[in-house]
Amino acid sequence: MSEQKIPEDINRMDFETALDELETIVRELEIGENRLENSIQSYTRGTLLKQHCEKKLKDAQARIDKIIVDSAGQIDTEKMDIE
Amino acid sequence: MAENPTSKFNKETTEPVFDHNLREYSVSELSSALKIIVEKTFTRVKIRGEVFGFKEAASGHLYFSLKDENATLDSVCWRGTAARLGIAPEDGMEVVVTGRITTFSGRSKYQIIVESLELAGEGALLKLLEDRKRKLANEGLFDEGKKHKIPFIPESIGIVTSPTGAVIKDILHRLSERFPRRTLLWPVKVQGEGSAAEIAAAIHGLNTLAVNKPDLIIVARGGGSLEDLWTFNEESVVRAAANSRIPIISAVGHETDWTLIDLVADVRAPTPTAAAELAVPVRVEVLSKLKIHSERIDNAINKKLQLLAQNISGLARILPEPRREVEEAVQRVDTFSERLDINLKQEIARKSEQLKIIIPRPGQLIDRNRERLNYENQNMAKAITAIVRNCHKTLKHLNDLMESYSYERILERGFAVISDDENRTISSARKIRAQQNVNIAFHDGTISAIATKLPPLPKKKKPKKKDGGSQGSLL
Repeated sequence: MSEQKIPEDINRMDFETALDELETIVRELEIGENRLENSIQSYTRGTLLKQHCEKKLKDAQARIDKIIVDSAGQIDTEKMDIE
Repeated sequence: MAENPTSKFNKETTEPVFDHNLREYSVSELSSALKIIVEKTFTRVKIRGEVFGFKEAASGHLYFSLKDENATLDSVCWRGTAARLGIAPEDGMEVVVTGRITTFSGRSKYQIIVESLELAGEGALLKLLEDRKRKLANEGLFDEGKKHKIPFIPESIGIVTSPTGAVIKDILHRLSERFPRRTLLWPVKVQGEGSAAEIAAAIHGLNTLAVNKPDLIIVARGGGSLEDLWTFNEESVVRAAANSRIPIISAVGHETDWTLIDLVADVRAPTPTAAAELAVPVRVEVLSKLKIHSERIDNAINKKLQLLAQNISGLARILPEPRREVEEAVQRVDTFSERLDINLKQEIARKSEQLKIIIPRPGQLIDRNRERLNYENQNMAKAITAIVRNCHKTLKHLNDLMESYSYERILERGFAVISDDENRTISSARKIRAQQNVNIAFHDGTISAIATKLPPLPKKKKPKKKDGGSQGSLL
């Protein structure tokens, strides 16, 4: 169950929405009142939401660019370092 | 300062005043002389006063007066200068104006040509700020409904600030500590001439980027005086921020400093560092939160499955073994069929008993009837004998009685029976007519006789006798 294809509706979610839904699912499952079939569906969705969130968290490199506007108003960027 | 030129003027011109041969000047000569003196003397002065009578001519020149308690000074600001003024003057504004004094000979006036104009003191600045804030608020620029939601994890952050100094370093450092992101710096002047235009252009520019358009903008500046931060109160900056479709975090000055961009921004950060904190979450914290969720969801589903498994085994224990169930059923059937058998036999026996009682055997019936017949027969014979004996007795009795009542015996005792020819007994003398034949029967024979003498009729009944006679004849 580890690397399933993430469905489009989850892919479109921003991180917070996905995390919120995951939280809701966790709470629901912990109450444990759902039927087994629903629980398994929720669990699967929860796993996908988690994957989606992880993906968003994985990309964490800092690239810093500086905007340069030339005399003609053309916009360009140049890499910038911070110490 | 004014002493020297005046004394100089006096030196040159008091002579004619005290001379009785006064030199005669034309008005223009005097005006021109005054103009030279005034303009030479007051080439650059700084004057504080309150603006009144402000008007902007169609030409673009600004005309107003400065006043204090005792005096007024006409002021002119040519169009070219007016465009560069940091603050547009308005009536009641306390300003400090820098310029040169000139005269307007045509009207016998002197005036100041304004080269720069500043608000006089914090109070005046604050008043201007209040007025502008009210105006923009009325336009709805600060409405809560217009605020954008800051993304929880922005993909790319645009920063509008000075490329040098602590502010950009603080922000970038804090961002990389918490959650490194793609960052785009748009360098601007954050103070002084042209800074407002640059900042407004940067906000607009980030919104219109074709590639790598950020999904969050931070507009930042370090702390400073009200005047230092004034750029962020400028209408052009505030409007640019209001028009931004990308959410904006403002971080201008320190905690206690407020500028109008803070009111229009979607979130106001008290410091540039705080802006970075508002912009991104701490990645490690979010990761651990996600991990906890992941564990919780695993635990929850496992618990659920365990519980269900327990339920199943529990139910299985309760579920009886099918074969035993069948055996028991068979046994029950056997028991019932046995009981049914017994019951049936008993029932048949009982019914046949009942039947015997209700319908006796024919032979028995005949026997019984025969017995009864014999018995009745004997009874009847006895009864008849008795009856016959009784009859005999009665008969004899009656016979005796009859014997005793027989008239013939009476005849033996001397009585006779009279009868007519038709053998009807005549029991009365009166029924015998004269000369009638009568038969007299004795006990030993009958004789015929004729009535010769009839008894007399009673007198009292004489009239009746005739009737009786006729009646008798009728009989």
